[in-house]
Amino acid sequence: MTRAFRPRSLDEALALLADGELAARAIAGCTDVLASDAAAGRVPPAVVDLSRLAELRDIRTAGEEIDIGAAVTFAELRADRLVRRHLPALAEAAATIGAWQIQNRATLGGNAANASPAGDSLPVLLALGARLDLASAAGARSLAYDDFHLDYRRTALGPGELIVRLRLPVPPPGSVQRFEKVGTRSASAISKVVVAFAARRRGACIEGVRLAAGSVGPVPRRLEAAEAVLEGATPATGLAEAAAAAAAAEVRPIDDVRSTAAYRRWVLGRLVRRWVLDLTGPDALSTD
Amino acid sequence: MGERSTFLLNGEEVVREGDPMARLLDVLREQRRLTGTKEGCGEGECGSCTVLLDGEVVCSCLVPIVQVDGREVRTVEGLAGDEAHAALSSLLVREGGVQCGACTPGVVVTLRALLERDPRPTRARVREALAGNLCRCTGYEGILRAVAALVGRKERP
Amino acid sequence: MADLPDPPQSAATRVVGARPVRPDGAAKADGSAAYVDDLAIEGLWHGATLRSERPRARFAVDTSALAGSGVVCLTAADVPGRNRIALIADDWPVLADGETNHVGEALALVAAPSRAAAFAALGELRVTYEDLPAEVDLDAALAGSARELAACAVDHGDVEAGLSAAAHVVEATYETAHQEHAYIEPQGMIALPGPDSAVEVVGSLQCPYYVHHALVSLLGCEPDAVRVRQAVTGGGFGGKEDYPDLIAAHAVLLAARAGRPVKLVYDRREDMLATTRRHPSRVRHRTGVDAEGKLVAVDIDVLLDGGAYTTLSPVVLSRAVLHAAGPYACPNVRIRGRVLATHTATNGAFRGFGAPQTQFAAERQMDRVARVLGLDPLAIRERNAYRPGDVTPTGQVLDESASALQCLAEAERRTGFRARWQALEAERSRALDDGRPRAGIGLSLCWHGVGFTGNGERRMESPVAVRLERGGRLAVLAASTDIGQGTETVLAQIAAEAAGVPFEAVEVAPPDTALVPDSGPTVASRTVMVVGGILERAAGELARRVREGAPGLPFAAAGDAWLAEHGPLEVVERYADDGTEFDEETYRGVAYAVHGWGADVVEASVDPDTLIARTERATLVCDVGKVIHPLLCAGQVEGGSLQAFGWGHLEAARVTGGRLEQGSFSTYTIPTTLDAPAMETVLLEHPGGSGPRGAKGVGEIPMDGGAPALAAAIENAVGIAATRIPATPEVLFEAREAGDDDG
Repeated sequence: MTRAFRPRSLDEALALLADGELAARAIAGCTDVLASDAAAGRVPPAVVDLSRLAELRDIRTAGEEIDIGAAVTFAELRADRLVRRHLPALAEAAATIGAWQIQNRATLGGNAANASPAGDSLPVLLALGARLDLASAAGARSLAYDDFHLDYRRTALGPGELIVRLRLPVPPPGSVQRFEKVGTRSASAISKVVVAFAARRRGACIEGVRLAAGSVGPVPRRLEAAEAVLEGATPATGLAEAAAAAAAAEVRPIDDVRSTAAYRRWVLGRLVRRWVLDLTGPDALSTD
Repeated sequence: MGERSTFLLNGEEVVREGDPMARLLDVLREQRRLTGTKEGCGEGECGSCTVLLDGEVVCSCLVPIVQVDGREVRTVEGLAGDEAHAALSSLLVREGGVQCGACTPGVVVTLRALLERDPRPTRARVREALAGNLCRCTGYEGILRAVAALVGRKERP
Repeated sequence: MADLPDPPQSAATRVVGARPVRPDGAAKADGSAAYVDDLAIEGLWHGATLRSERPRARFAVDTSALAGSGVVCLTAADVPGRNRIALIADDWPVLADGETNHVGEALALVAAPSRAAAFAALGELRVTYEDLPAEVDLDAALAGSARELAACAVDHGDVEAGLSAAAHVVEATYETAHQEHAYIEPQGMIALPGPDSAVEVVGSLQCPYYVHHALVSLLGCEPDAVRVRQAVTGGGFGGKEDYPDLIAAHAVLLAARAGRPVKLVYDRREDMLATTRRHPSRVRHRTGVDAEGKLVAVDIDVLLDGGAYTTLSPVVLSRAVLHAAGPYACPNVRIRGRVLATHTATNGAFRGFGAPQTQFAAERQMDRVARVLGLDPLAIRERNAYRPGDVTPTGQVLDESASALQCLAEAERRTGFRARWQALEAERSRALDDGRPRAGIGLSLCWHGVGFTGNGERRMESPVAVRLERGGRLAVLAASTDIGQGTETVLAQIAAEAAGVPFEAVEVAPPDTALVPDSGPTVASRTVMVVGGILERAAGELARRVREGAPGLPFAAAGDAWLAEHGPLEVVERYADDGTEFDEETYRGVAYAVHGWGADVVEASVDPDTLIARTERATLVCDVGKVIHPLLCAGQVEGGSLQAFGWGHLEAARVTGGRLEQGSFSTYTIPTTLDAPAMETVLLEHPGGSGPRGAKGVGEIPMDGGAPALAAAIENAVGIAATRIPATPEVLFEAREAGDDDG
């Protein structure tokens, strides 16, 4: 039988997770733990429940950052005034994850730590330039979210290490963001492709371009080639197509239960194209 | 033996010992004999096992009992005694929102949570709230008609 | 049947066409309705099933680890008699014996005091496999030496002559995938051993007498030794028509060995792995039309994937073939149908029973022919739709209730389909590639034969009884089950109307083989028309006798007087042969007593950047003959249509290595509220047949038209002719890449 711990503080939680003999797993929303692991017969010897740790449960502004506790749920995120105002792409992602019942339980930190390539919030964290506050019994560190996902379902978290907070910069004036999810149905869907876009306009120019996608490879990833096409660009015929082609060429999607590699590659390009067209106006429409 | 959890179930204090990772769904159905909460999929997709945890809708198949300690759970049985239930239930039946009934308790719990937050929800709001409650019989139309009738909204298809 | 005397009518007793409240509703809404998994039974053990991991293999199960554990364990050697489930053919084993033919097939059974202990025991069993070559889809079956599970043919006129005289010949092939029933309550059964090797089974099922027949045959016992009861059943759609025979057999064998009640309730994954699905289909059309768009010849090949065992495939094929030419008159018709076995879970009964598959093909083919001729989809249908008096490919002359044209007219009147379709066609050719959603509208016309095919009803006697109770109350005794559709309510309405008593005075007995006669299964849209028709006569006859015995007295008093004077009164009526015939060898004659008709208009939007289609609005015109209960009737149309839309574009189902990839509710995606269109249901009444007041049945026809109308709307929106469903974005993308589009 699993042993369960409900620590009253983060330090207590970290101490439990540091105990190698206990081999405890951290749990919060349990929407993955009980949906897939338990169904597959993987029962952890011990669990440490993070869902009620105050340190992980709030959303606040800290300087030029929105600072989100790892155990904040998607229902809380989508309803939060700060998030809706400054991080609309994250609010939108939160609103498409599972349905109401799931959003009430699943957490932002859990989505990142679970590290599914299809995790809906993960491209948003990449595109919005998130940083993670990580902690273990050995100490705390900060990590750019860009450096978090190492390989399929493998992250930079060390043994006994937790995501404590996620910090997202408040976007400067003139910024635009968008979230696009291609799911298996209109709600309560797992993504076939998920994309987040961020940039800002300066005059006719677009800059600060950050694009990221999920379900197009083993890890959620930035679309660096497409970003390079767009960074500093001014609206021009063919720009959207060029960015789309770059995005489609730089990803390595697979055929799986939800979609095909060919469709994923195509649809990613189309979503990049659409975003660029919307950003740069109808004049940028290719005329061919 | 195992871990001890104490929680409020439909207004009554319950002390439970056993596997802390036992699903709330199983505790309700097997130990408390509250079988109105149904298992349709076991992975949080169908919403048949929806209950209120501290007033929020959750899939009880995805809640380990350890996380219920010190909290309040309401199941369909706990909601079914009042006038609000009588009104909702009667309209669900009269408007064709109930067919096989396997999804119905979950639908009832979700709708109660919605109506508490928004007593006059639009059709769009009801559809969004119910997106986690799968029904294979009604096409949802009868359920939406019932809510429209409940809140006195004219439903135009 | 038309000269039935009108029952006495008053406002209080006019119940057909009214909306009495379904009696099971409140208990379902408050959670007190007891489904099989909810029943509390003293001393209950739990069963679990060891399932094949291989599509085809010789295997051996080593059960030695369970020796002395107290756990009950059964393999094929423990099955009495011939180890077969008695259905149409004799090929479906109760437990696989040395060779398995599909992933998920039952190899062994265990029972233990708890569910956890039962599954732990399963883990102790060791299986060794020796793989054999497997054919896991139609391509492999065609290339290999697959068993033919059934074949049939319809011939009418001279097809080759018709095709050579045609102005245009249009040829295309259409495919449909597996579909999961996805009833919300998974399957389950409890077996309770009684004294003297009697056994009682209670479970989630559609056809108590199918289960009864299978168990009597399995046990080789007297019919009285087996009792089958239906628990409240959480949806069926055909999925609980054939497969419960097997679960009941398993539960009964375990209970007999354990000497105590045993429950076998599947979880979702197990249900999806093991139980039946809709037959995948491949249908090839060759259609000859004259210059005006009149059909002159149709040549159709129907191929169904039957899965591992025969179960109901011959009957599914029969219905598939008989509906394959669609609701259209044509002088020269040739239809060939075959079901091939594959090494996949058996495909079985599913709402529509083969007709949705072939009518998807027929409807898409009509749209294709229309495009060749430059006609709109409504025009080609108006030109060819059956009229009363037209002759079907089996030589059946259609009666006055053939309402295809009225359905089309009503659909057009409600939606302005033609103008909208033409406007959107024009708009598509002008559309910019700017990412804006494209609107599309599609139309389908379908028919659906009511009741068993051919001589099926004639072979059954279908006795239905009505019993007089004290106080003028009536008890209806029939084997029809309520699986959500409202059988209990409509049977009570029919009996009340026929007897001239209030709805509340009628009680429908629970489907329990110890209480009710075998009035046949709850399938084939037959409950209202066939069972209801017989019930109407029985209730009418009972009331006539009671009233004649005491003229002038109120019914309740007259009934009590009758009981006091004569003792119990029960009237049994049976299926009355209408004198028509169907030749099952030549497929000539009256295939169905009567047909329901329907026209669907679907308005969809398609995102050109993702090819995701959304159903926005659906107008569902359905001729049901006579509406018994408008709300329940609409419920069938709405629910069936959404199930059809799910099949049409959402419910991706691919078999790899003999296993359905989408094996859970997170991967097999049925429509949510946000996937459902706003639906307007229009019920037409063109009475026909032997049903009460001419009611023709409504259970299945909503499954027929949804998918082709949706596919047509997608084509109207983005110019991709979806010949394969579900028309997921991936399927549409592939079709466009393959150049199968005009847009």
